[in-house]
Amino acid sequence: MSLKSENGLWFKCFSCNEILYKNQIEENFYICPKCGNYFRIGWKEYLKILADEGTFRPLFENIRSDDPLEFRDVKKYKKRLKETQKKTSLTEAVKCGTCSVNLQRIAIGILDFAFMGGSMGSAVGERLTLLIEKAANSKLPLVIVSASGGARMHEGIYSLMQMAKTAGALALLAKKRVPYISILTNPTTGGVSASFAFLGDVIISEPRALIGFAGPRVIEQTIRQKLPEGFQRAEFLLEKGQIDMIVTRRNLKDVVSRVLKIFL
Amino acid sequence: MEKLSPEFEKPLLKLEKRIKTLELEPEKNRKQIVALKEKLRKIRKKIFTRLTPYQRVQLARHPLRPIYSDYLKLIFSDFTEFHGDRYFADDEAVICGFGKIDEIKCAVIGQEKGKTTSEKLRRNFGMSHPEGYRKALRIMKLAEKFRIPVITFVDTPGAYPGIGAEERGQAAAIANNLREMMTLEVPIVTSVIGEGGSGGALAIAVSNYIMMLANAIYSVISPEGCASILFRDASRASEAAAALKLTSYDLLRLGVIDEIVSEPFGGAHLAPKRQAEILKKNIKKAIAEVEEKGNYSRNRYEKFRKMGKIKIAK
Repeated sequence: MSLKSENGLWFKCFSCNEILYKNQIEENFYICPKCGNYFRIGWKEYLKILADEGTFRPLFENIRSDDPLEFRDVKKYKKRLKETQKKTSLTEAVKCGTCSVNLQRIAIGILDFAFMGGSMGSAVGERLTLLIEKAANSKLPLVIVSASGGARMHEGIYSLMQMAKTAGALALLAKKRVPYISILTNPTTGGVSASFAFLGDVIISEPRALIGFAGPRVIEQTIRQKLPEGFQRAEFLLEKGQIDMIVTRRNLKDVVSRVLKIFL
Repeated sequence: MEKLSPEFEKPLLKLEKRIKTLELEPEKNRKQIVALKEKLRKIRKKIFTRLTPYQRVQLARHPLRPIYSDYLKLIFSDFTEFHGDRYFADDEAVICGFGKIDEIKCAVIGQEKGKTTSEKLRRNFGMSHPEGYRKALRIMKLAEKFRIPVITFVDTPGAYPGIGAEERGQAAAIANNLREMMTLEVPIVTSVIGEGGSGGALAIAVSNYIMMLANAIYSVISPEGCASILFRDASRASEAAAALKLTSYDLLRLGVIDEIVSEPFGGAHLAPKRQAEILKKNIKKAIAEVEEKGNYSRNRYEKFRKMGKIKIAK
């Protein structure tokens, strides 16, 4: 799904093996021009797709994960955090801030799958809650882009409680009548889908994105049968009435600003 | 049932069986019976004063452990069950209705695992589909409309991971409960009586007051799931159970629950009636406490708002 590069200039599409030039991909919204495969991208790319250039102001970067359980699996959680921060140049799995979308100022949160699978621990929950509270207090429309496997197991029960915390903050936002657009990308599952991601006034998904509560492997193990082709993909969710629309990356910015205009 | 009991209970069960046999001729075996009973007491004490987290997991899932329907009968009077989510089905993994706890009218919502094999299948082992969460929320809204406090009981391995559940919006159903429960303007009091399995448990536990039976567990993922994902080995569940900090004692220390409800020595299954009495007393006390504080929705948000642990970087 993601990109592999030999030298940072040429990339190979995982889906069709086409060799692609970096600029070619960027100009095509990180979609393979040959086969239409959506490459996995991070917060920077989503910001580039959604925000007016140079308008992003980051927020809450000083809020970091702690290690409340002194957790270790095959590695210490503390060590894993440090390594991930170094590898991704991110401080946590969500980037928050404000920016403009076709001149409309918004509060924005973008989960980044590269940081421990975009998982939500205390810091992600706290940043998002602060962002939602800011959106409510300053009457800034809210956009959250999700890409996450769910709650972060390494922080145990605290990760679970972030689901209630973010959902509760969204109740405040709703009371203030501030619109919230939730954008689901590949993948959005578990504790993230079962909290803020599915609470958007409008829920938009990228084509083909995997979206659901339980991961497909867990379901297959439980029901002991193979899942049908396309199960839990965005198109399937649209058909089942679970999301409002599927929007391509190329159209995402314009659709977001058009939807916001309906409510503002 | 004995076959299904956890390994660490087996020496106790063996002793109990021997005592029972000897008691067929009590006169003849008096001395031996007394000695064995003393031995039983000592071994039980040794095991139960230092249970490992995974032993507590096993107690929380114990085949003889009292389940929601037991407490429903033992704690509440005049219970009337209400069925269905008004959209799709009646999810029997959740039993909802209205009843009285002594003179206090309340809505009662809980996850039911079932006892016999056929009941377990009917109740889907306490694993809800979206309909279960929607039914629970419908009853909560009804309770709010008529100013009736809500009492919930958590005992589920988790929300059901299946095709129908996904098609009908399991994630959306849970998410919606979390947000709507946060705004409910009546007291919500929750007891975790067995397994608190992740989002499936939380979806009826966004409450003003959360108590947990001493040997209940509450976790973001099952120890088996955690072991297979993070330790890459499902057989390391015992290690994962310790790492996840999922016992009532851990959760009280982490500030996620308000109170531990003591269990009879050896576990709730040894004295279900007494357990129900203790639980009833605690629930009544909790309702009074929450009512006295008032501001239900605001206090609930403030309670959850504080949960988690972060660092502020310079």
